[in-house]
Parts: sequence; structure tokens; C-alpha cells
Amino acid sequence: MEYLLFTIGFLLLVLIGAALYAVYQKDLLYAVIATGVISLALTGLFLVLQAPDVALTEAAIGVALTTIIFIITIRNTVRFEDEKDKKMKH
Amino acid sequence: MKKAIVIFFLAVFGYFMAITFLSPEFEADRNRNGVKDFYLEKTVSDLKTANTVTAIVVNFRGFDTLGEVTVLFLAATALGSILFKKRHHIGERTVLYPASTIVGSGAKLIFPAIILLGAYVFIHGHLTPGGGFQGGTIIATGFLLMLISYRNFSISHNILSVIESLAGILFVVFGFMGLIYGGSFLENFMGTGILNDLFSGGVIPVIYILVGFKVAAELTGLIYTILHEKG
Repeated sequence: MEYLLFTIGFLLLVLIGAALYAVYQKDLLYAVIATGVISLALTGLFLVLQAPDVALTEAAIGVALTTIIFIITIRNTVRFEDEKDKKMKH
Repeated sequence: MKKAIVIFFLAVFGYFMAITFLSPEFEADRNRNGVKDFYLEKTVSDLKTANTVTAIVVNFRGFDTLGEVTVLFLAATALGSILFKKRHHIGERTVLYPASTIVGSGAKLIFPAIILLGAYVFIHGHLTPGGGFQGGTIIATGFLLMLISYRNFSISHNILSVIESLAGILFVVFGFMGLIYGGSFLENFMGTGILNDLFSGGVIPVIYILVGFKVAAELTGLIYTILHEKG
């Protein structure tokens, strides 16, 4: 029981941390990878909470497809919203 | 002023959310008068399906699944129609860097395994977790891997749309066959067989295989369209 609670707490911490990172990150590519990490943590959470059907959906759509579609979009548009951020990075 | 209105509406929304979550006691039997027991009993005794989630999605709520498939179809069609004009002029895909040999060989090695996993997930949808949507998405992921590893890997849009339309039409045909032989739309009119067998659950595996094909074709076409669009 304690082990389960520890796992859930750890996954929630990862989820919230990745979400905050995605919001505050200026580099959009890194932010998209962080959203992928959110989906990964959510997949683990669904699995621990005994919803394997939902976990499978989240793993296929959230981790793989959405991330890749966003990366393709970034490749076709811009990676930084601001020119200033781009200069700070290099 | 604007902020005050927003805060007011958020407060109202939050109040009702809190009421919903707080009213039943924690760990109380909150489904005493619900349909939970009906689903749990009927799935095993009548439908002979091992996976209750699948039985609810395809049989008890089969009409909803038809709606979901239609929504996905409409989304894919809309995206295709928006990007179609541009695709006419270009044809060739632009790549910044060609994929390395390691990525190419690895993709070739793992591609059949991904397709097999997706097919397994939707064929065994009534026995193990997963089903048509999940399996279809896994197959689309495999095609995505091949598309980003090989620049000239091409898929015929005509074949994709034929698979998609055929699966959709067969779904509706099976629904109407339920109407004719069973009495209501998407009624389970085939023999249910023995619990935990591959050929069990009547119409459920058939419909999930159709959904799997449809979702796989739609998502693959969607990714193909996006990848070939030049920014």
C-alpha cells in the first residue's frame, strides 16, 4: 500500500514538474518534449491506478503521435517565439 | 472588471466541482443505484467477453463508438482538404538532415514488430486491454517511424481511403445486420462462444478489427499529409 502511494506521488511530482518546465521553457522544442514526459507520467499513473485500456491509449497517442505532430509543426514554423530568446540561447 | 468576472465564474465553477467531489464520502459505495453491476454481470454471462471496457464501448455503447469514428474521419478529411492545394505544387518532401544508417536499419527491424503489436492489440481487444483505437494508433506510429526514417517511403492515398471507407461502411453494415437479425442497431446477433476464446463475444471482435483498420488508415494518412506539407 505504501509502495503504491509512493509510486503515485513520484509520478505526480514528475507530471507537475514537467508541466511547469513546459510552460516556462522558451525553446519550443524542449517544451514539446516536456509535454511528452507529461504523457509518459500519465501513462504510468493510469497503469498504477488499474486502467490499462486508458494507459495504452495515452501511450500511443500522447507520447508518440502528439509529440511527433508538434515536432513536425515546429520544423515547419519557428523554434523560438522571440528573436531575443534565440540570441540568449546561443 | 474583466478579471472580476472571470474570477466570479471560476468561483461558481469551482464551487459546483467541489460539491460534486465532496458529496459522497470517500470510499463510499457511490454506485449503489448505478449501472455498474448490470455491466459487470451481463458482460460475462451474456456476451462472454473477458474485457468489460470493450464490451461497454462496442456493445452497450456501440453507437457512441460509431460517432467517435465519424468525428475522427471528419477531422482527417478537414485537414486533408486544407492542405490539399499546397500538396499539388510540391510533391517532394523536404528534409533538413537525412536519417543515419543506424536509424534506417533500426526502423526496418522494428517496423514489422510494431505492426504485429498493433494487430495483436485490436484482434485481442475483447480479451486483453486495448482495442481498435489503441491498435490503430500503434500501427500508425509504425508507419510514422518508417516515414521519418526513409525520405522516399510512400503510401498510396487511394489505398488508404479505400481501406478507411470500406471499414466505415462495414461498421454500419454490421450495425444494420444487428437491426435486422437482433432487433436493434448494433445488436450482438452472432453466437457468443466460450469465455476467453479468441472467437468469442459475437460481433465485438469483428467491429474492433474494423475500427482498428479505420483508425490506422486515417492516422497514417493524416501524418503523411502533414509531413509532405512544406512550411
